[in-house]
Amino acid sequence: MTTDAYPALTLVPKTDVKQSAKDFKSDQEVRWCPGCGDYAILSAVQAFLPDLGLAKENIVFVSGIGCSSRFPYYLDTFGLHSIHGRAPAIATGLATSRPDLSVWVITGDGDALSIGGNHLIHALRRNVNLKILLFNNRIYGLTKGQYSPTSEQGKITKSTPEGSLDYSFNPVSLALGAEATFVARTIDSDRKHLTEVLRAAAAHEGTALVEIYQNCNIFNDGAWEPLKDNDTRDDLMMRLTHGEPIRFGKDGEKGVARMPEGHVAVVNVADVGEDAILIHDAHAKDPGLAFALSRLANPRTLENTPIGVFRDIHRPSYDRLLREQIESVTERLGGGDLQSLLNGKDTWNVS
Amino acid sequence: MAKQVVKLNKVVIRFAGDSGDGMQLTGDRFTSETAGLGNDLSTLPDFPAEIRAPAGTLPGVSAFQLHFADHDIMTPGDAPNVLVAMNPAALKANLHDLPRGADLIVNTDEFTKRNLEKVGYAANPIEDGSLDAYNVHAVALTSMTVEALKGFEMSKKDAERAKNMYALGLLCWLYNRPSEGTLSFLRAKFAKKPVIMEANIAAYEAGWSFGETTEAFSVQYEIAPAPMKAGVYRNITGNPAISLGLVAASKLSGLPLFLGSYPITPASDILHELSKHKRFGVMTFQAEDEIAGIGSAIGAAYGGALAVTTTSGPGVALKSEAIGLAVSLELPLLIIDVQRGGPSTGLPTKTEQSDLLQAMFGRNGEAPVAIIAPQSPSDCFFATIEAARIAVEYRTPVFLLSDGYLANGSEPWLVPNVESLPTFEPNFATGPNHTAEDGTESFWPYLRDPETLARPWAKPGTKGLEHRIGGIEKADGIGTISYDPANHDKMVRLRQAKIDAIARTIPDVEVDDPSGEARVLILGWGSTFGPIGAACRLVRAEGQQVAQAHIRHLNPFPSNLGDVLKAYDKVIVPEMNLGQLALLLRAKYLVDVVSYNQVRGMPFKSDELAGVISDVLESL
Repeated sequence: MTTDAYPALTLVPKTDVKQSAKDFKSDQEVRWCPGCGDYAILSAVQAFLPDLGLAKENIVFVSGIGCSSRFPYYLDTFGLHSIHGRAPAIATGLATSRPDLSVWVITGDGDALSIGGNHLIHALRRNVNLKILLFNNRIYGLTKGQYSPTSEQGKITKSTPEGSLDYSFNPVSLALGAEATFVARTIDSDRKHLTEVLRAAAAHEGTALVEIYQNCNIFNDGAWEPLKDNDTRDDLMMRLTHGEPIRFGKDGEKGVARMPEGHVAVVNVADVGEDAILIHDAHAKDPGLAFALSRLANPRTLENTPIGVFRDIHRPSYDRLLREQIESVTERLGGGDLQSLLNGKDTWNVS
Repeated sequence: MAKQVVKLNKVVIRFAGDSGDGMQLTGDRFTSETAGLGNDLSTLPDFPAEIRAPAGTLPGVSAFQLHFADHDIMTPGDAPNVLVAMNPAALKANLHDLPRGADLIVNTDEFTKRNLEKVGYAANPIEDGSLDAYNVHAVALTSMTVEALKGFEMSKKDAERAKNMYALGLLCWLYNRPSEGTLSFLRAKFAKKPVIMEANIAAYEAGWSFGETTEAFSVQYEIAPAPMKAGVYRNITGNPAISLGLVAASKLSGLPLFLGSYPITPASDILHELSKHKRFGVMTFQAEDEIAGIGSAIGAAYGGALAVTTTSGPGVALKSEAIGLAVSLELPLLIIDVQRGGPSTGLPTKTEQSDLLQAMFGRNGEAPVAIIAPQSPSDCFFATIEAARIAVEYRTPVFLLSDGYLANGSEPWLVPNVESLPTFEPNFATGPNHTAEDGTESFWPYLRDPETLARPWAKPGTKGLEHRIGGIEKADGIGTISYDPANHDKMVRLRQAKIDAIARTIPDVEVDDPSGEARVLILGWGSTFGPIGAACRLVRAEGQQVAQAHIRHLNPFPSNLGDVLKAYDKVIVPEMNLGQLALLLRAKYLVDVVSYNQVRGMPFKSDELAGVISDVLESL
């Protein structure tokens, strides 16, 4: 893979040796529960990182708190395991001050959407050069099984024996509402799709949010099973591909079309005709259609769940704008002279 | 007729008016002219938290006090010699501070029935004899300003707004201050609004002429310049001094400066000031909240920047967990806390020293940090550089405890020559620092410098240093996750020992005891330096002996502090809190210090402290 595939990483030094997945495995023993979906994601990321062709020491993984946030320990790059919910804020300071780094944030549904919700939406609107991988398993794992902001309403957990009363967040809708420039969704068990989405995220300048449906086999086993089961997945899940008609179902019999009333809905292709099926446009400036797609899924039954890149548009990243501002001020006024700064404009002499 | 000129050695003026009357600007300009004349000076702005409280009410009163003299002074003055009251509310709110016989300049135009009623005056105090104890100058400032601006194409209301410049002109005449600075300031400020510019200049000049011609003022005053060390001076308040200190520290260490901050009174001016200095490569980031302010700073520190977060007490509370992370990560980080009245929202625009224990202990676990406090507005510059030095050399968060009084108060500053400032080195890790028995080289992020106990600062982007660290306890040396009980015990003690080791590089506390015979020591920290020093002068002027010491390093304390405390029969510790330093001193040195406390949101008055010292002296 040539580095041209990743225009967002032009400022990051390239590796001078050939890398393989093995080079990205740290010497730390992986301590997730056997069967955890995190293993598949870790393995996919380790296999994908050599594609970027970057110097290993210029890659940093920053995480918050939660099972997923142990991720950086297992990668042989720079890694910072921080505090609950704050990884996007910490990564913002790092990415803003160091354009020569490829900065990744690893977070979970509790970390990103509950305690860290504020930092997430602000990172997204600012468009800092960060790639945020949000592992969504719809449960709190590390604290042993309380409902999370993405748990379905009515969920029975340790803290909600009579069923949760909270209405759930849809992370993709939330990110689009925050005007994120890159929003995608993928699944831990679909290595190929996961890798494609990671690749697209890495190529994006600015903040990329990748929601990864991940299975917690201890506290919420099978949360995404209908989307993985060979018998049901094609019927429930639509794969979004830029420039392609949005169709799904075992025989592609279902599709997404705009209704006469203006809204977007899942239809039988046979009823409306192929021409009526919407073509997915991830580069559309207006996030309206992407948002409408994100609303199609039923959070309880998982019917009509889109995966893939919802949105991928260009807007200059915060760190680039900051650098350009500093450069243009310096060009206009010249570099600063400390002595004249200390003197200020209003001095007097005592002799 | 030439007026009588009276020479004075010092004057305290207080300008008081409505929040919208421009009193802070008036005070600033008078200060600037006074500084330029070479007087020593000290100022105290006192304004409400509300941007514009209802006009003419007591909560809306904004004041600015200036003390200037022909000798060196240490405080903004206990009581004004002159009060300028722009309305009845300003008179009522400030009269109790005015000693009998003082000059009182009142703007009679605002003493209307309605305005008097607003603040509960049943009768007009100018007319009912209640101000007979003062030397009252009743001046129709508003109407004379309007009269002076008759030829200008502006509404009466707009013309009235220039009355602060009229008052400034009058006061500048009265105290023989030059005009050039103010006139060029007005020309620059209103460059895009020529009518407003000309009107303000005309109002200023009319006020000056009024003083010269009216019989209401028969005397003009002169205050000779104070003898000062030769050099270039400027006037400075604490917040800009901190900002300049940060830019300087960035240059002195060769590290890029990153500020992550969320606006909060009275610290926001540091964010404003630093955001103007992009040509120095300064990165300022206005975060979404206090936590992101420090979070981004931690990220930048991890990346090798001189990272800073600025805030006040409530913001420190929000940052606590992140400060703990920085303690655990052992990264250089400056936390600048411009203290204000608390708890909770408290008194946002008033000063207090009540965050010392929060800085010291306000985190979960054993999480020691270094703490430094500047003692005057200009000292904010040097204290900031010292804080940065400690942070960088010891890879630790450092608190700088300023306060509202230092932030907004001003004094002349002998601008240092850049060459004279201390440099310090980040000494980033450059390669492996550990060799295994089999000869393999690797990088251990928690292998410490034997002298400072500081760990390596390993910037991402440095080949061979890839490592993983976090807030979980780390194994000594190698830095991998460790839940081992003995290791945790060791790491807790190492982190404490590292902070304690800083004491080796800080100067001993100096005692000022001119006679060498004092039995009582008065010991302070932070912004109380001026009032304590002035109090000592008062006590000594009466022939009594008192020693003074002031602590700049609050954690760790200077190595000789215990000996100093034990050398005196009594140690008085005045603080604008309920005895936080006193608590630390008692705990560490088992010395029963006399704690004197005041939390009125205002600095101590020197005669108040002189009284405290005298009382203790009498009790010996």
